Amino acid sequence: MSEAPNRADENTIICRCEDITLAEIRRLIAQGYHSIDEIKRVSRAGMGQCQGRTCRQLIARELANALGVKIEDVEMPTFRPPSRPVMISTIAKGEEGEGDE
Amino acid sequence: MSRNSADVVVIGAGVVGASVAFELARAGCKNVVLIEKATPAAGSTGRCGAGVRQQFGTRHNCILAREAVRIFEKMDEYLDYRPGVEFRQSGYLMVAYSDHEWNQFKKNVELERSLDIDVKTLTPEEARGIVPFLSLDRLVGATFCQEDGHANPFHTTFAYVQAARRLGVEVQTHTSVIGIETSSDRIQAVVTDKGRISTNTVVNCAGARSGEIASMAGIDLPVYGERHQILITEPVNACMGPMVISFHHDFYCQQTPHGSFIMGVGMPGEPKSFNIRSSVEFLDEMARKLVTILPPLAELRVVRQWAGLYDRSPDAQPILGECPPVHGFYNANGFSGHGFMLAPIVGVLLSELILTGKTSIPISMLDAGRFARGELVLEPTVVG
Repeated sequence: MSEAPNRADENTIICRCEDITLAEIRRLIAQGYHSIDEIKRVSRAGMGQCQGRTCRQLIARELANALGVKIEDVEMPTFRPPSRPVMISTIAKGEEGEGDE
Repeated sequence: MSRNSADVVVIGAGVVGASVAFELARAGCKNVVLIEKATPAAGSTGRCGAGVRQQFGTRHNCILAREAVRIFEKMDEYLDYRPGVEFRQSGYLMVAYSDHEWNQFKKNVELERSLDIDVKTLTPEEARGIVPFLSLDRLVGATFCQEDGHANPFHTTFAYVQAARRLGVEVQTHTSVIGIETSSDRIQAVVTDKGRISTNTVVNCAGARSGEIASMAGIDLPVYGERHQILITEPVNACMGPMVISFHHDFYCQQTPHGSFIMGVGMPGEPKSFNIRSSVEFLDEMARKLVTILPPLAELRVVRQWAGLYDRSPDAQPILGECPPVHGFYNANGFSGHGFMLAPIVGVLLSELILTGKTSIPISMLDAGRFARGELVLEPTVVG
């Protein structure tokens, strides 16, 4: 599964934006939350500033291990815009500066 | 092995279907099956703005919303849900920008107060006392109800689903309804991609897909999907209590307990569709209106935007109750943006109607037959 030695323990933070630990992710999987989207909805993992850039792969690996499936078969959540946080005032100003569409 | 017969089959495990299934089981119905094509709250419920309000312009909406709030207030104990549904009564501030709108608001307040809903009218300056950075530009007045608020739609749905399961409801996730069998205008069975469940009673809680479900039973139900969009910002310290809502701007905005601001605007000309993709146009429109109404919030960063579907009915009001000519086919759909806030009481009333034939609060004016009769229910106080 993973090529590098796995040094994670139960207190390892999986979602850094929302402070979700490995233990929490494993507990949710054991409770029957069996997709990245379901885990996101119940725990907020992946809803923070980085929008799951780090944690969704780690959660996918946990799901793959727990459910006995390949990591590439774990369904990825929808990638929602914007790809980076953008200040709303920048968007509001943007309209004036834009050329013809 | 899943069940092949049921007393009642509820279609759709959004918050409405979950509430209906739970209340049926709580009232003693032994064999309830709840069918969900994805997972609980994966559709419109999980995409909604999460607000809960009692300020409406029609008597039935005020009463339904008031009773729903009473259930939300005790929900964590009622459903024995440990994480909690995060219900918080931080109020709704409704802002008026024209004399016409202000006159309607004053009528609403009179109605609401007659129904024991504690709403007050505020001058623009008083409104600013509640939301200090509200723009006064063209603001005519506002109404405020502290008991309105916000809850977590995911946790609310999971709470209902888990409580329903404990009472013996079978929840079939990742299961799609592909047919409904009828004979002599009576429901015989629900057919899914996993099997056939014989039953005489179906509750259609399929949200924007309710029209498709109804057509499987040979019923023409005028419910359609209409995209609505939302964005959420980075979290900041608590600085705004109530939901701020402007019908004039088709705008709402609230700070969540988590600290992020959730906000939406209606987009003119949105076609009937099942489209749930986000658009750049929404981001532009949202930013433009936010700068006008709550200017300092424009200094926050958007972290995510998404879209979901209103289950629109022709008069933007719910469709509740049995649906002739097919005996045993019930609707709880067409909420047009208010399904989450009404779901707790809708579950109670549908359960009463199915099990006893009567409801403790009148809902007969919300039946599907009103469209054919030309008796549309007009609610003056809705966004979108």
